[in-house]
Amino acid sequence: MINKAFSFCCTFMLLLVSLLADAQQQNTEKGPVNEFFRSNDKIYVIVGVLLIIFTGIVIFLISLERKISKLEQRDRLDR
Amino acid sequence: MAKHWWKALAVLILTYTIIAGFTHKIPIIGTNGQSSRGLYFHVPMWICMYTMFTISVVNSLRYLAGYDLRKDALASAAGGVGVFYGVLGFATGTLWATYTWGSTFTSDPKQMLTAVALLIYMAYLVLRMSISDIDKRARISAVFNIFAFALLIPLTYIIPRMVDSLHPGSASTPGFASKDTDNNMKAVLYPAFLGWTLLSVWIFTLVVRYKKLELKNIFK
Repeated sequence: MINKAFSFCCTFMLLLVSLLADAQQQNTEKGPVNEFFRSNDKIYVIVGVLLIIFTGIVIFLISLERKISKLEQRDRLDR
Repeated sequence: MAKHWWKALAVLILTYTIIAGFTHKIPIIGTNGQSSRGLYFHVPMWICMYTMFTISVVNSLRYLAGYDLRKDALASAAGGVGVFYGVLGFATGTLWATYTWGSTFTSDPKQMLTAVALLIYMAYLVLRMSISDIDKRARISAVFNIFAFALLIPLTYIIPRMVDSLHPGSASTPGFASKDTDNNMKAVLYPAFLGWTLLSVWIFTLVVRYKKLELKNIFK
């Protein structure tokens, strides 16, 4: 399960890097999302940065909890 | 309680970092605007990553010196947490780049080489998963880990400083180094380094406890 998710992440990252490495188009598009991030002197970029870190830590916690649950289950079976 | 004080310290410093990070006065330079505040959140991710990978390679060396599987557990835990922080650093960097460099992915050497270095470390974790024999896994991955660390430093630190790059700290852009960082920003940046690093060590200790529990039948 973890193996699968992990290899998926690696493949995804590899794909992203290889596909977008030479994508040179400038991000000058308007759009509501871009407008939002550029508003108020781009401060919302940093809110987004903090949100990425927070989400990452939460995902890490969830995966750790699942691993520990699996370990507890194994211990219960051993007994 | 006595051994938990540094976790409280980490939370306190991070609280300060987040509050001061958004309210402290910073110089507005060029296209960055207020997004220079990303310095307090994006750069510490890399500091955490370097800390973890250093712990990892040191424990791989210690494993090879005595073939103690506990050291291998430390090395693999640090490697995993290091990749986690690397991915966070990369993700925060790409968002920042989208609104300052003009594109999420550019052919910027620092961005590309960092992605390469992260992939090498992901290969370390995949290599660990692919070998079921515990001793063989520990030995092969310890050697691979040393190779990965030997590549990490030139890929993410030396080469981007020798060539032109959009990222601060390259040949053409002086960057947020000790001499040219605004003093106001340093008052937040250095505590930020300490706070985020302490948090990463906290996460690391949790993973180590898990790994040791997982292998407790062997360690007994």
